[in-house]
Amino acid sequence: MSTLRLEVNGRDHALEDIPEDMPLLWVLRDRLGLVGTRYGCGIAECGACTVHLGGSPVRACQVPAHAAAGQAVTTIEGLARPDGRLHPLQQAWIDHDVAQCGYCQSGQLMSAAALLARNPAPSDSDIDTALAGNLCRCGTYLRIRRAIHDAAARLAEVGT
Amino acid sequence: MSAAGSARRRGEASLQAIAHEVLTRPEAGLRLAVSRLDRRRFLQLTGLAGGGLMLAFSLRPAGAATAPARETVGAETLAPSAYLRISTEGIVIHATQPECGQGVKTAMPMIIAEELDAAWSEVEVRQSWISETDFGRQFAGGSTGIPRVWLPMRRAGAVARVMLVAAAAEHWGVAAEDCTTADSHVLHASSGRRVAYVALADAAARLPVPDAERVALKPREAFRLLGTRVTGVDNTALVTGQPLFGSDQQLPGMRHAAYVKCPAIGGRVRSANLDVIRALPGIDSAFVLEGNGDLTELKPGIAIVGRDTWAVMQAREALEVEWDETSAARDDWAETLAEARRLTDSQGAERLADQGDLDAALAGATTTVEAIYSYAFVAHAQLEPQTCTAWYHADEGRIELWAPTQTPQRAVSNVAGLLDLDESAITLHQLRMGGGFGRRLVNDPVCEAAAIARRIDGPVKLQWTREDDMHHDYLRAGGFHALKGGLDAEGRAVAWQNHFITFTADGRNPVFGGNLRPNEDLGHLIANFRLERTQLPWASPCGFWRAPGASVFAFALQGFLHELSTAAGRDHLEFLLEILGEPRWLEPDNTWALHTGRAADVLKLAAEQAGWGRSLPEGRALGLAFYFSHAAHVAQVAEVSVEDGQRIRVHEVTVACDVGPIVNLSGAENQSEGSVIDGLSAMAGQKLTHERGRVRESNFDRYPLLRLPQAPRVSTHFIQSDWSPSGLGEPVLPPVAPAVCNAVYTACGRRIRQLPISEQGFRLI
Ligand code: FES
Ligand code: FES
Repeated sequence: MSTLRLEVNGRDHALEDIPEDMPLLWVLRDRLGLVGTRYGCGIAECGACTVHLGGSPVRACQVPAHAAAGQAVTTIEGLARPDGRLHPLQQAWIDHDVAQCGYCQSGQLMSAAALLARNPAPSDSDIDTALAGNLCRCGTYLRIRRAIHDAAARLAEVGT
Repeated sequence: MSAAGSARRRGEASLQAIAHEVLTRPEAGLRLAVSRLDRRRFLQLTGLAGGGLMLAFSLRPAGAATAPARETVGAETLAPSAYLRISTEGIVIHATQPECGQGVKTAMPMIIAEELDAAWSEVEVRQSWISETDFGRQFAGGSTGIPRVWLPMRRAGAVARVMLVAAAAEHWGVAAEDCTTADSHVLHASSGRRVAYVALADAAARLPVPDAERVALKPREAFRLLGTRVTGVDNTALVTGQPLFGSDQQLPGMRHAAYVKCPAIGGRVRSANLDVIRALPGIDSAFVLEGNGDLTELKPGIAIVGRDTWAVMQAREALEVEWDETSAARDDWAETLAEARRLTDSQGAERLADQGDLDAALAGATTTVEAIYSYAFVAHAQLEPQTCTAWYHADEGRIELWAPTQTPQRAVSNVAGLLDLDESAITLHQLRMGGGFGRRLVNDPVCEAAAIARRIDGPVKLQWTREDDMHHDYLRAGGFHALKGGLDAEGRAVAWQNHFITFTADGRNPVFGGNLRPNEDLGHLIANFRLERTQLPWASPCGFWRAPGASVFAFALQGFLHELSTAAGRDHLEFLLEILGEPRWLEPDNTWALHTGRAADVLKLAAEQAGWGRSLPEGRALGLAFYFSHAAHVAQVAEVSVEDGQRIRVHEVTVACDVGPIVNLSGAENQSEGSVIDGLSAMAGQKLTHERGRVRESNFDRYPLLRLPQAPRVSTHFIQSDWSPSGLGEPVLPPVAPAVCNAVYTACGRRIRQLPISEQGFRLI
């Protein structure tokens, strides 16, 4: 096992002793202490572990950490701007009081952020498609839809 | 008695004990707890000195006797109860109950802040410690949270407010009754003076604490914070991925553990290749735990401890166990189904109610209707699989637990019994839960983590897999209802018979959630009514699943009522209102009972808001259902369309609900929306299939949760009656399935009588 070099939220990490098949999820959580990326199913069904890899949303439970080497990994802890300002989605999530238990919300936000990055004015059905892979047992879907529209509007206002 | 038989009996007794705690209702005399004092009188009552009004004072000095052992409170801190602290540092309110997404960490402190007249933006909410002395019982269950704390928390806020007013009045040399409060300040209107609570804390802390029961509370008209929309206190931490949840716990040197149990509940370890496991990379140890003979605490199993979750998960793949299943559960859904179907034709084993002359009424009825309704066993599937972190400090003989549990105090006693420790040797930190829904009323993961921690050095986090979670749940019981109804020539309901087939684990009592009482069957409002029950044996433990019992009884009973009104050719709303009759409490002096007037009001409101009776295009229809549970009256109208006779789209669900005054409107709406979605989720495709005691479904691929594209619009309308508030975490769920299924019938003429609806080939799109 060679040294694994990972770039997470703009920081470089050199990690030893990472098995070839160890998913990015467990490296983030157990080795880097970035526990905001959550485990819900381990089989790509729930989306709780969604992170960005080179800007695209992926399920961290399915991506071997070694496969992420050389690409920028962004987790929920890195979604806010480097100066600490919240991403408009995070602000919308707070204002619309989206979360109930909140466990799924890191994944929901990461899927939503990837959506807005490529489609700044998504329709309801764009949202449906982009977030269909993120389960919420508490049933916060209606507020998720509203918050995404609101964040898109805020982004349009300030210009991106 | 076999070991597993006794474990089952002990487990059942523990589940009944939890049920007892959860179902113990707050004090009964809560009828108009919202006082009707007018504003002037309220101000007089809360004035302290001068005006001749005497408030009873206890002799207890503030801040000393009441200071919690785990926090030092100096004279400069106003802490008349453990609920709050006011000092120059600011205003801190303690969130005492466990947070699982039901919103109590925000809603409950709001109740205190309201009576305190604190500016919400200045309040810092902190999760409290565990102490029955300071806070009474701490748990989240049975939708009893808000009603249990409603008075004590209001009093806690009011007591502090009265003391702050007294301190200001003394300082200014004015009469307390001439002072008012707002936004964390005491004001003296005639002199225009104003002082902040934080500046008064030190002086107020030196005053005697008034008797909480005699401090006047605000009249409802004076509420400024309660009833508004307040966003969750943890929202920022949640959206930035801060470690809040049980599974987020990290400690220096922490190890990770899995606990592998027999897939058929009650099985024991006969042998396992532990030497192979111990030699695997990243694994520290692997050992067998025998279990303590209680299925709700520690089942027998194999602990694997290692460097990280992945190493432990990989080791499990290599684990080979021979289970001793001599006394394990052998539940089999296919066999059970066949047996239940056979029984629906016969009489019930017990008769729980027999009112009027059912046989004669059925014989004399102009029209009779018969139907069999059934629902499958389901799992909780809260999104965070079970987890708990524990650290046994061997040198001090004490243990520390970081537990996401709905019953933290019970967890302490569970672990005390398990490890033979004094409760004082146990420190439990309450952590946020990634969903509860009743699953985390049972503390098996806490017991497992404690038992593992007892065997190793340093802290250890136990993390269940999704598969563990689904295979070792405390289930929502399945059930069957063979229903018969009779209508007279005018289309009025005159007869109702329900043969309810449910399950028993101990051979005597029904499992939890399988206990339909006659007064919960709305059929008892019909003159001739009979409820019979037959219990089938079932060994896999059943527990508390959001709105236990109600969540499924509603489907059968409200569906069948619609069958009757349809057979009578009558409007369903009008039919239901007729059955409810005159406004009255069904159990006089019990405000936890159904009030037919409140029921009628929510039905009419839901109908009005949804445009009941309007014409809709072909294949599209409205369905109506009502249910009463957890002291809440809830009616819903679902608007659905059906394509190809099987694909159902739920467009909108209109909810009307009376739970008394609303505490946090945003949280309340969230619970309503969430319950609708959760109800649809369970209705659509959730089902556990037991085979030889094993659950076949393991993960979300075969146990689907509703996804965003399937979510309908939900609008919620509250009747904020003057009855004391009741909880909202559960009661909106039961009417969802019958409202949708009734609408489906009207839309396409096919009656749904099985849950999940996928059993009849229906799909939610
Ligand atoms: S944990 Fe990765 S998709 Fe569920
Ligand atoms: S908020 Fe609880 S699972 Fe989504």
